[in-house]
Amino acid sequence: MSAEMVKQETRQRMAQTDTTKPLVEIKNLKKYFPVTEGIVIQKKVADVKAIDDISFKILKGETLGLVGESGCGKTTTGRCILQLERPTSGQIIYDGTDMDTVDRRELNKLRQRIQVIFQDPYSSLNPRMKIGQIISEPMRVHGIEPDPATRNKRVNELLSVCGLSPKMADRYPHEMSGGQRQRIGIARALSLNPEFIVCDEAVSALDVSIQAQVINLLEDLRDEFDLTYLFIAHDLSVVRHLCHRVAVMYLGKLVELAECDELFDNPLNPYTQALLGSVPIPDPEIERQREHRVIQGEVPSPMNPPSGCVFHPRCPKAVDNCKEEIPGLREIKPGHWVACTEV
Amino acid sequence: MTVLLEIDDLRTQFFTSAGTVKAVDGISYTVDEGETVAIVGESGCGKSVSALSVLRLIPEPPGRIVGGSINFSGKNLLELSDNEIRNVRGRDITMVFQEPMTSLNPVLTIERQLTETIMHHLSASLETARGRAVELLELVGISDAEHRLKQYPHHFSGGMRQRVMIAMALSCEPKLIIADEPTTALDVTIQAQILELMKSLTKRLGVALIIITHNLGVVARYADRVNVMYAGKIVESGSAADIYHRARHPYTLGLLQSVPRLDLPRTERLVPIPKQPPDLTRLDDGCAFRPRCRFATERCQTEIPPLELVEEGHHAACWERDAIVEEERMVS
Repeated sequence: MSAEMVKQETRQRMAQTDTTKPLVEIKNLKKYFPVTEGIVIQKKVADVKAIDDISFKILKGETLGLVGESGCGKTTTGRCILQLERPTSGQIIYDGTDMDTVDRRELNKLRQRIQVIFQDPYSSLNPRMKIGQIISEPMRVHGIEPDPATRNKRVNELLSVCGLSPKMADRYPHEMSGGQRQRIGIARALSLNPEFIVCDEAVSALDVSIQAQVINLLEDLRDEFDLTYLFIAHDLSVVRHLCHRVAVMYLGKLVELAECDELFDNPLNPYTQALLGSVPIPDPEIERQREHRVIQGEVPSPMNPPSGCVFHPRCPKAVDNCKEEIPGLREIKPGHWVACTEV
Repeated sequence: MTVLLEIDDLRTQFFTSAGTVKAVDGISYTVDEGETVAIVGESGCGKSVSALSVLRLIPEPPGRIVGGSINFSGKNLLELSDNEIRNVRGRDITMVFQEPMTSLNPVLTIERQLTETIMHHLSASLETARGRAVELLELVGISDAEHRLKQYPHHFSGGMRQRVMIAMALSCEPKLIIADEPTTALDVTIQAQILELMKSLTKRLGVALIIITHNLGVVARYADRVNVMYAGKIVESGSAADIYHRARHPYTLGLLQSVPRLDLPRTERLVPIPKQPPDLTRLDDGCAFRPRCRFATERCQTEIPPLELVEEGHHAACWERDAIVEEERMVS
């Protein structure tokens, strides 16, 4: 399929998705982690602002990429949506239900529809459980398929969907390679027939040849089961390959959000531009001719973020005003949101 | 260009309860003075072991260098006594490790760790060593060096720690630096900074550099020559342009095709290399890549292809390398 057709496919998918009814809606989400001092009497001395007032929507059937450097809050965002972290303030609305207001039983029901694939295939599987037990555990917890025979059948089904042999159900995680373990993590996430999966750096720990296999698997599953993904990653080329829309985070804030091709062809926020410029291209001719604009400095501490625009100390285009004015997310073009006063 | 390091038929094996692991199985390559050589491969292909073997840092047991020679400025490093190799390590040949979090000692100050090597190798006084340490930190772009020297590794961010490691590697004016995945643990913007720093410093000071990486993108800009490793062997070697534009080994081709690229139009599907890498304890007499190779023939089952000259300075270990040329011609 040609590149133009791929772009068209993305556009069609965007047109089909009902933009008025998002699957997940995040409104003014904040998550602060308190920093305390003292052993017996703990006193709060500061806040780590992991997420600082972000809002976005995830549409049904789309794959939204969430990118940024370590410590920018992308994983915390995922964990808040999964209700593994209680937001400091803000709302997470899943399919019309505010997740903060529902009771336990309803939340458990919602949880069946939301699953997660973790980054590290070595620590996310219990080494004492057999593969079959690992994959069927979510069903056991939620009381689905109580009959052992049908549950086993389901496990075998899931294994083959993820490209593994059903024989592996009786093996232990240590007998598997990294790629196989990640497939097991995917099979476990699928076991409850979810509609939404948070992929938290799901392919980052894998070798490139294996990574491509798992990316293709994630794409196949998306089409087959009509899944919506929140794809959290730091590898921009993988995100561009897989996602329909992409959100860029920096130091707890959303700095740019646009359709995938638009964001990569026409990045507007200086941080996004710098991030794209830092990705090495595996071609010596292009790479050696390309002007390398290495951005200086490092990500500041989220405990004490810079005033105004959080990126201004590293920004090549910063003006005096950036030290004071906190840029809000503005829609520059239809669907292209940027948080920068200088655009 | 004079040859600085010449590795010939190096073999390093690990004797484990599961069998003998041929981690490095007869590799040969050279590094010229001031040259940047990359070793590329996936986890478990032996790239780190081959680098650790150069400095004889293989834990023994279970590992042992069972054959080959490593000639460095006229000496075979494998024949040196323990004391003699200690004088090479940290002085003529230094290393930058992957994990800046674990390769610095958390209970010693940066000053202590930087001055230790200088005092040991150059018999310098603490005063001189401290002066040199300040110079080095400034060289690698750490400001307020006097003050930073008194701090501990946990005061430094990942990128800053890697800068300290580079300062340490440069401290005794080495001839060769071996960098084992120097940027893998770092974010892309920091990765770009560190690579740029390493390249400009080695160029300015005339130091040769071996970069070990799994990321083909990282070395495209910086490497003069690239060696691709698979299952303990070098399967292809050549200039960066040879490897990236005229690959003659199906594994190199597979690596290049399996990563999505930012500079090319998006494609619908990636072309992965099928199956898993082999178990290094169970290698047979055939080509180790053949179970994953779409060009494999009868001959690949029984004969291991040697690394042969394809064109000036470009070697590949594949019986079917002409078939790859054919295919490339058809694609273009």
